Amino acid sequence: MLHIVVCVKQVPDSREIRIDPKTNTLIRDGVPAIANFYDMHGLEEALRIKETLGAKVTVVCMGPPPAVKSLKQCISLGADEAVLITDRGFAGADTLATSYVLGLSIRKVAEVFGQVDIVFCGKQTLDGDTGQVGPGVACRLDLEQLTYVSKVEQIDVETGRITVNRLLEDGVEVVEAKLPVLITALKELNDVRRAPLPGMIRAARFQPTIWTTQDFPELDRSKIGLKGSPTIVAKTWVPESKQVSTEFVEGQTAEVIAGKLVAQLWKTELPVRFGW
Amino acid sequence: MVEESKKESSKQDEMPDWSEYRGVMIFIEQRAGEAKNVSWQLLGEGRKLADKLEVELIALVIGQSVDRLATDAIAYGADRVYLADAPELNEYRTRPYSRVALHVIREVKPEIVLFGATATGRDLAGAIATHLPTGLTADCTILDVEPHPSRLLLASRPAFSEKMLATILCKRYRPQMATARAGVFEAAPYDSARKGEVQKVSSLLSEEEIETRVLQFIEATDRFHLEEAEIIVAGGRGLGGPEPFKLLQELADALGGVVGASRAAVDAGWIGHAHQVGQTGYTVRPKLYIAIGISGAVQHLVGMQNSDCIIAINHDQDAPIFKVANYAIVGDLFQIVPALTQAVRAQRSAALSQQVPHEVVE
Ligand SMILES: Cc1cc2nc3c(=O)[nH]c(=O)nc-3n(C[C@H](O)[C@@H](O)[C@@H](O)COP(=O)(O)OP(=O)(O)OC[C@H]3O[C@@H](n4cnc5c(N)ncnc54)[C@H](O)[C@@H]3O)c2cc1C
Ligand SMILES: Cc1cc2nc3c(=O)[nH]c(=O)nc-3n(C[C@H](O)[C@H](O)[C@H](O)COP(=O)(O)OP(=O)(O)OC[C@H]3O[C@@H](n4cnc5c(N)ncnc54)[C@H](O)[C@@H]3O)c2cc1C
Repeated sequence: MLHIVVCVKQVPDSREIRIDPKTNTLIRDGVPAIANFYDMHGLEEALRIKETLGAKVTVVCMGPPPAVKSLKQCISLGADEAVLITDRGFAGADTLATSYVLGLSIRKVAEVFGQVDIVFCGKQTLDGDTGQVGPGVACRLDLEQLTYVSKVEQIDVETGRITVNRLLEDGVEVVEAKLPVLITALKELNDVRRAPLPGMIRAARFQPTIWTTQDFPELDRSKIGLKGSPTIVAKTWVPESKQVSTEFVEGQTAEVIAGKLVAQLWKTELPVRFGW
Repeated sequence: MVEESKKESSKQDEMPDWSEYRGVMIFIEQRAGEAKNVSWQLLGEGRKLADKLEVELIALVIGQSVDRLATDAIAYGADRVYLADAPELNEYRTRPYSRVALHVIREVKPEIVLFGATATGRDLAGAIATHLPTGLTADCTILDVEPHPSRLLLASRPAFSEKMLATILCKRYRPQMATARAGVFEAAPYDSARKGEVQKVSSLLSEEEIETRVLQFIEATDRFHLEEAEIIVAGGRGLGGPEPFKLLQELADALGGVVGASRAAVDAGWIGHAHQVGQTGYTVRPKLYIAIGISGAVQHLVGMQNSDCIIAINHDQDAPIFKVANYAIVGDLFQIVPALTQAVRAQRSAALSQQVPHEVVE
């Protein structure tokens, strides 16, 4: 049976974050923490594979203890196992340090719950928004990486080959690769289901497996958390909107206004440039 | 290992000696031998960084039958090009491309490496940075460097749904890597007189060693290149439906431009996503941008505020779009837009009938 790991990050819903206009700082109060929505498309695809081909689905999340909420949500939808990787030492990680810990965790998942065939990540998160963790984890685990996947066309369990569509800026690429692979999920991949009642009941009682730094004997402490992160956020600021002198073009009728605007435009370099 | 980590922590903030690492490298992304514009834009920006650091600008070209791109890279500002040309590099695949790129980066030791923040650029940069390992800043919209001796790359990127900007540094590792957004930076003019050196590098994996196959590429048909348009006439929720986009198309035709849209119009299904300007659409910097029935949410502004000339048409005089507009018209778009189309047509035919063509006037 296939074993699929889904990486899920719990994130503040950055769409809800506001900037305090007086202090230019983030207002985080009342901003809900949610399971990153691209990751839920990854989970949904894993569950569909489980339903059609048979698979075990394990969800992995690195984050503080409240992230159990997102793991329970995954269980309610149909995931079989859930692991929370949590420790003060992991805090402040950038994508390099995150992929290191997720790589180790998925190795351990393979030892504990069985060999892994497919890893799903989201295309990117709502908060860090880098899209770098997927390729990073693939690299750590030496998996083929299939990013920006909009459709899983086929999985041939016999030959261990998978065919997917990748949605790129200029078109769709159909790619075939050999399992094990890492896939990063787009929202085009599927529509995420709602949790069925039995799933919700299971989730309510479910206790995820919890691993801390203690559970990884081979862990190199110089590679985790803030210390293991090459990138640092030096400063954040609210960009000032471009200062332009706006000229209001006015008139009694639309024709007058249009005429005035065109007269202005013809004083610029645009007509020469475009041969108007 | 323990020794090393102790050393690391004691000089956390001190900069190690990076004098071996010099130069700014740009990955030239292409498909079927045609470069993506973002590559030339990054060469334009990379040239400025390299000049400030007084180092070479280096291009990395990977593909099949792509030697022309090496010549183009020099014309766009590169001093030196590393060129890997082989059949197994015809299509982008992570492993063969990252093997070549890693090899070149390890040999050449650039202090900065930049990629377009495209699907391919992010896929490749993410793999390379983890292998090296080094820091990778995502999706930058502002790039700068501190002068010698720190030589730090100041990589700034939008954060929290574009509400803020964050400057990200990589002090303890080299090279400093970043992906940068298409449409934000400007390419230098093509100069075929520029001289540079091309160095061939070989592909490192044979086809048999590569497990991934690209079976097919289906080019998007509705995809016209919004980022490349020099005149964009964009519509938003104020249009109220798909029909009024015809009015915008007429104005665009009269000016020789294309039609763009806000996300609200795209989400409503009035026009395709290929037309969307903004954070989750395209970043554009045309010579002329006309925003019609668009309020000017930050997520829209980030995609168009670098346009050379902005005209906004909106019946709400307090609409934020007016803050970035050079010309503002407060009024009903259904009256203004047709009148404007008429006025443009009239002016153009008047110009045509004049004896002296514009080109000669200059
Ligand atoms: C404003 C800001 C800017 C930042 N810029 C950078 C930067 O340029 N470079 C950099 O290296 N770091 C950066 N970081 C740090 C980075 O965001 C980290 O938080 C990192 O832990 C995760 O990266 P991400 O959120 O971008 O994930 P992405 O790479 O966008 O995530 C892709 C997928 O990986 C999986 N995943 C990611 N994190 C986890 C997790 N903790 N548990 C389980 N699955 C996970 C999910 O499936 C997710 O969908 C930045 C942080 C902030 C706040
Ligand atoms: C994470 C995230 C990403 C986003 N990405 C994008 C993006 O890429 N691009 C984008 O555009 N948005 C994006 N948005 C959405 C953005 O916040 C706004 O909701 C959107 O830009 C609003 O579109 P609009 O200006 O067309 O609509 P509205 O804000 O509804 O504005 C319509 C305007 O039309 C004017 N109007 C109405 N009728 C007339 C008339 N008859 N004549 C003249 N004026 C009229 C109104 O006065 C109003 O100003 C994003 C949001 C989030 C949270």
